[in-house]
Amino acid sequence: MNTARKIRVLVAKPGLDGHDRGAKVVARALRDAGMEVVYTGLHQTPEQVVEAAIQEDVDMVGLSILSGAHLTIFPRICELLKENGAEDIMVMGGGIIPDDDMQELLANGHAQALFTPGTVTADIINWIHEAMKDRLS
Amino acid sequence: MSHDDMDKIRQGKKEWEECSSNVKERPNKFMTVSSVPIKALYTPEDTEGISFQDDLNFPGYYPYTRGVQPNMYRGRLWTMRQFAGFATAKESNERYKYLLSQGQTGLSVAFDMPTIMGYDSDHPRSFGEVGRVGVAIDSLDDMETLFSDIPLDRITTSMTINAPAAVLWCLYIATAEKQGISSHKLGGTIQNDILKEYIAQKSWIFPPEPSLRLITDIFAFSSQHVPKWNTVSISGYHIREAGSTAVQELAFTLADGFAYVEAGIKAGLDVDSFAPRLSFFFNAHIDFFEEIAKYRAARRIWAKRMKEKYGAKDERSLLLRFHTQTAGCSLTAQQPENNIVRTAYEALGAVLGGTQSLHTNSMDEVMALPTEKAVRIALRTQQIIAEETGVANTIDPLAGSYFVEALTNQMEQETEKYFERIDHFGGVLAAIDEGFFQQEIADAAYRYQREIEKKERIIVGVNDYVTQEKPPVDLLKIDPQIEEEQKQRVRSVREKRDNIVCTNRLEALRKAAGTTENLIPLILDAVKVYATEGEIIQVLREVFGEYKEKPIF
Repeated sequence: MNTARKIRVLVAKPGLDGHDRGAKVVARALRDAGMEVVYTGLHQTPEQVVEAAIQEDVDMVGLSILSGAHLTIFPRICELLKENGAEDIMVMGGGIIPDDDMQELLANGHAQALFTPGTVTADIINWIHEAMKDRLS
Repeated sequence: MSHDDMDKIRQGKKEWEECSSNVKERPNKFMTVSSVPIKALYTPEDTEGISFQDDLNFPGYYPYTRGVQPNMYRGRLWTMRQFAGFATAKESNERYKYLLSQGQTGLSVAFDMPTIMGYDSDHPRSFGEVGRVGVAIDSLDDMETLFSDIPLDRITTSMTINAPAAVLWCLYIATAEKQGISSHKLGGTIQNDILKEYIAQKSWIFPPEPSLRLITDIFAFSSQHVPKWNTVSISGYHIREAGSTAVQELAFTLADGFAYVEAGIKAGLDVDSFAPRLSFFFNAHIDFFEEIAKYRAARRIWAKRMKEKYGAKDERSLLLRFHTQTAGCSLTAQQPENNIVRTAYEALGAVLGGTQSLHTNSMDEVMALPTEKAVRIALRTQQIIAEETGVANTIDPLAGSYFVEALTNQMEQETEKYFERIDHFGGVLAAIDEGFFQQEIADAAYRYQREIEKKERIIVGVNDYVTQEKPPVDLLKIDPQIEEEQKQRVRSVREKRDNIVCTNRLEALRKAAGTTENLIPLILDAVKVYATEGEIIQVLREVFGEYKEKPIF
C-alpha cells in the first residue's frame, strides 16, 4: 500500500489584481495530479497568505501576481515566513514577470521556481515532485 | 429559393459528401477557439429560414445585425483608441499627447490597481502597486495633470474604472470645469460595469446592491448634466480573458446589460432616458469567423429584447454600440513578434464585425506594459486595416455567407439558452451568488488549457514551432521611486487643501449614502475640494460594507 502522504499546496493571489485565471487553472491541475490544494481567493495581503500557509500546514506556496508588484510581494512573503519560523515552506510563483525580475527573485532566494505565460501545467507538477522528493522519502 | 432549388442543393450535397468522404481529413479536431465544432461546408441548407427583412435588414435598421449606422465606415472610420496609462499622471499625460500626435482619435485611461480598488497611493494595501499597471490617480490634482494641455471638449475619453467609477467620473467633470468646459460638452465612457467584476475581473469594492445604486445614480445625473457620456461600458472583454468561450462572453455580457436596464427601471427611470447611453465592450479573439458572428448576433439580440421585453421606444436604446480590444490572452510570451500578426487578424475581425472603436494590443504586453515602439506598431495595424486593405469600403461584407449567417444564428440560440439558465437562478445577481458564471468560466479555461497540453490545439511558438530564443530586453520599466513620489504628492495635497471644508463634505456624503439621495453631486462637491479617492471610497465602504467572494476553482 502506498502510504506516502499527499503534497499540500497553497495557491495564493496576493496584492490587488483580480486576474485569477492562471491561479485557478494551476490549482485545478495540481489537484488533478493528486495534490491537496487550498486556494486563498483574491486580494490577499502577504500577512494573510503566510497565515494561511502555516495554518494549512502546506509544503509549498504558489503565488500568482499579474499586477507588477512581484518585486515587493515575493520578498515580503519570504520575510514573513522566516519571521514565523516557516521558511521550510517553499515558494513558487507565476504571472507577468519580466525576465530580469525573475532572475533577481530566483537569485535572492525569494522564489524557488517561477513559471511564466505559456508554461504547461505538467512542468509545474514535475517541478513540485522533484522539489518534494527528499521530503517525502 | 424554391423547393426545387433546395432539393437540388440537398441532392448535390449528398453527392459532394460521398465524394469528399473518400479523402481522409487531417487528424485535427475542427473546432473554434471556443471548442465549437465546425462543419466542412456550409450551404443554403444552413441558412434556410433566415429572412433578410427580419433577421438582417439594412445597416442602421432594426434589428441592426448589419451595423448600427446606415453608412458605417464610409461615414466615419472606427475610433482608434489605445488603452494607456502608467506611472504618474505626468508620464501618462506625455504618452497621451504622443498618441494624439500619431493620429489616435480618442483617449483611453488605464489606472493602477490601488486606484481601481479605491486606495490612495499611501495606503498600506497599495504597497508595491503604485503606477504599475496604469496611472495612479489620488485626487483632482492628479487628474488636472493627467489632462493638462488636452482640451476635454475636443476629444472623447474612455476610463477603465468600475467599483470607484463615480469618483473618477466626478474628477473628470471637475477637471473639465477647471478648463472652463461645461459638463454638457463632455463625451466619453466610464466602464462602470460592476457585474462583470463579480463574474470575471474581480476588482470589486462594495456588495452588489449599493454598487448598482451608484450606477443608477450615475444614469440619473448623466441624463441631466452629462448627456453625451456613455455611462456603462458593459464588458465581455474580461469575461473572455478570464477564460470564457465566445458564447459565454456574449451571453453573460448581454445578461449584465439587461440587468442594468432592469436596475434603471426599478430605480424609477424611464428606459429611454438612460438606455441610449449604454455601450458595450467586447473581446476580439483569434477565431475570426466566430468573433464576427458574435458581434452580429450581439446587435440583433440586444435590439430585439430592448424593444420586445423592455419596451424601449427611442431607436437609440436599441443600438448595441461597442468598443473592441484584441485578446490579450491570445498573445504569447514566446516569439513575441508573432503577436503583431495575431493582433492584426483579431482587429480585422472586429472591423468586419462593425466595431465603433478599437484597441489593438502591443506585442510585448504579455511581459510588461508596452513600449512606445510596440504601441506605435499596434496603432499602425489599425491604420493599415483602415487605409490599405479595402475592408472599410463596404458595409458588413460577410452578410449572406452561409457559414457566417449560420454561426450568427447558432450564437444567438446558444445565448438564449444561457439566458434561460440565468433566469432559472433568479437573475444575474442570484447566479453570481451561486458562483454560476465563475464556475462556467473556470471550466472553460481549464478545458482550453487541457486542449493545449494534449496538443489538440496548437499555439504557434508555445506547443509547436518552438524556437530557443533569448528573452526580450527592451521592456518598459516602472521606476520604484515613482511610488515614493506619488505618496508625497497625495500627502502634500492633504496638507494644502482646506481640511475643514473637505471633512464637512465627506460627512455630508456619508449621511446621504445612508439615504436614497443621488450621491453624484455630493461626490462632485468632495472632489472639488481635493478630497482623495481613497477617502471618498472609505466613507462609502463604511456605509455600504465590502464584498466577499467564495473562492472556487
